[in-house]
Amino acid sequence: MPADMRARLGQLELPNPVLAAAGCAGAGRELARFVDVARVGAVISKSIMTEPRTGNPAPRLAETPSGLLNSAGLPGPGIDAFLQRDLPWLLSRGARVVVSIAGQTTPEYAALASRLSDAAGVSAVEINLSCPNAEDAGRVFGVDPETASAVVAAVRGSLRHDLPVFAKLSPDVTDIVAMAAACVSAGADGLSLVNVMLGVAIDPARQRPALAGTYGGLSGPAIRPVAVRCVWQVAEAFPDVPIIGTGGVVTGRDALELLLAGASMIGIGTAIVHDPSACSRVLRELEEELTAIGVDRVADVIGQAHGAHSRGPRGLAWRA
Amino acid sequence: MAPIQVRATVLTVRRVDAYHALTLVAPAIAARFRPGQFITVAVGGPQTSMLARRAFAVHDVRPDHGGTVEFVFEVLGPGTRWLAGLRAREALDAAGPLGRPFSLPKDPSSCLLLGVGYGSAPLFALAARLRERGCRVDFLLGAPSADRVFGALTARRSGRSATVTTCDGSFGARGAVTDLLEQVIREARTEVVYASAPVPVLGEVTALAGKYDIPVQASVDLAMACGIGVCMGCVLPVAGTDGITRMLRSCVDGPVFRGDLVRWDDVGTIPFDALGAPGWPRAKGAQGGSGGTGPPGGNSLAGVVPPGLAGHHAG
Repeated sequence: MPADMRARLGQLELPNPVLAAAGCAGAGRELARFVDVARVGAVISKSIMTEPRTGNPAPRLAETPSGLLNSAGLPGPGIDAFLQRDLPWLLSRGARVVVSIAGQTTPEYAALASRLSDAAGVSAVEINLSCPNAEDAGRVFGVDPETASAVVAAVRGSLRHDLPVFAKLSPDVTDIVAMAAACVSAGADGLSLVNVMLGVAIDPARQRPALAGTYGGLSGPAIRPVAVRCVWQVAEAFPDVPIIGTGGVVTGRDALELLLAGASMIGIGTAIVHDPSACSRVLRELEEELTAIGVDRVADVIGQAHGAHSRGPRGLAWRA
Repeated sequence: MAPIQVRATVLTVRRVDAYHALTLVAPAIAARFRPGQFITVAVGGPQTSMLARRAFAVHDVRPDHGGTVEFVFEVLGPGTRWLAGLRAREALDAAGPLGRPFSLPKDPSSCLLLGVGYGSAPLFALAARLRERGCRVDFLLGAPSADRVFGALTARRSGRSATVTTCDGSFGARGAVTDLLEQVIREARTEVVYASAPVPVLGEVTALAGKYDIPVQASVDLAMACGIGVCMGCVLPVAGTDGITRMLRSCVDGPVFRGDLVRWDDVGTIPFDALGAPGWPRAKGAQGGSGGTGPPGGNSLAGVVPPGLAGHHAG
């Protein structure tokens, strides 16, 4: 019998825990040409800001070993176009929508949250904290517990009470648990772990950085162990806080790894760039993995790697 | 029609001078294809460390084996080297057809098809469609050297004329395609130019054709990672008919653009007056006000529909 894949997102029940991660599903229409968005657990929108944004000049992307380095610079249509055009389209297709928001100031985040309070059909809000703070010389919000908690508190204070708020954290911090603690105490209902890691690639032929913006966010399987580590540490400290585990998931087995580390939902990001059907394939593979290990409900594997007893002989996996 | 992702079977990989041509059995893609569209493939096999898909203009589709799709590429790195090493019957993850095809003239017209290097690959399927519609087709092909001219024989066979230029003079006239463009336009009484070439050449072609009021359908080849519009890697500044410049994705809004609307000199930059550029709301106000501080190129293109392409449609 296939496993029960239902997952909880705040008050809302999702049909499965496999989500399209922020920034990797376009406005939804792009993804919908390859997967049925109604069958994805939820679609997390690209990060929405107040105004339309072009993003950075090209080149914006570089391929690195098992990873992509990107400095797109949060291009997007702005909140008005998102609410008028993209959100209704996704809802009309039966998708559950988590709206990712990004701001250059704390009040911008709060203003976006209050706009979303009036929008029908939003399932949850994800706060992208890896955005340069215009009032702090461009340092991103998510590397300092105080600024991060101020943003989370501002969003929580401006958002309808029944809408869950997830804070998406950067792994580029010394103490991810301290960041998680700051966000949870400021009112975050859940956490998304992790955003990209900062990286640089240099093109030896031109003897210049490969990206026009020099720095880029590293994503893909290259950072998966970092995501697993962050999920592990935060789940250990806050076993009751739901976590969307994101970072280099390409297969159902990768998704299972993050669930075992303590994530209750999985974000599929860079894998969509590599395989447009990744969301539906990972879900199918995860179902197969659960069946193979004899688990009836996906909820039963969440955080199981933290238990005292292992299921089999250890130390052999690397020989596979 | 919507694109589709398939596990295609390799039929052949063959050398064509400096390039390779790879033919896939992919009936669903072949059935949906229109000239100018492209496909993406995943490279490196199931455990690959290369996450970006490789995008290639479709060269040809044929009905054999239920439907085949061929693309042409040059070995430029580990991904294309892996492709060149594929053998018949191996599997390849392919998605397509992607992007907007070339617009076809409604009435029989004299069409000049201009390609540089293997950029000419998508022009031959286009030529076949144009001839079906009673259009005259002339070719102008260019490359650095003879071994990098792609499709000269086919061009000779299927075009009313086929002009070749090489930088080193090893094939055809010595020089660049743009050196001979005006001469060919006059001789062929060209009414529409279809061009597939590097961005600087497309800019020059658009400017030269503009002197004769000839519309250009330009196919750009910018680096893409996804090919489906999610990674935002392949953007370029394009003026709308409303005069506003937007950063458009060449994968979903192109790869074929109206040449006169692309801000060729600004490709690779974010023009200050582009929608959403840093300081955009201010620039918007300035444009709406005096009109004297408008963008270079942006305003001047507002609402201009080139005569030759008015009434054209994507056929």
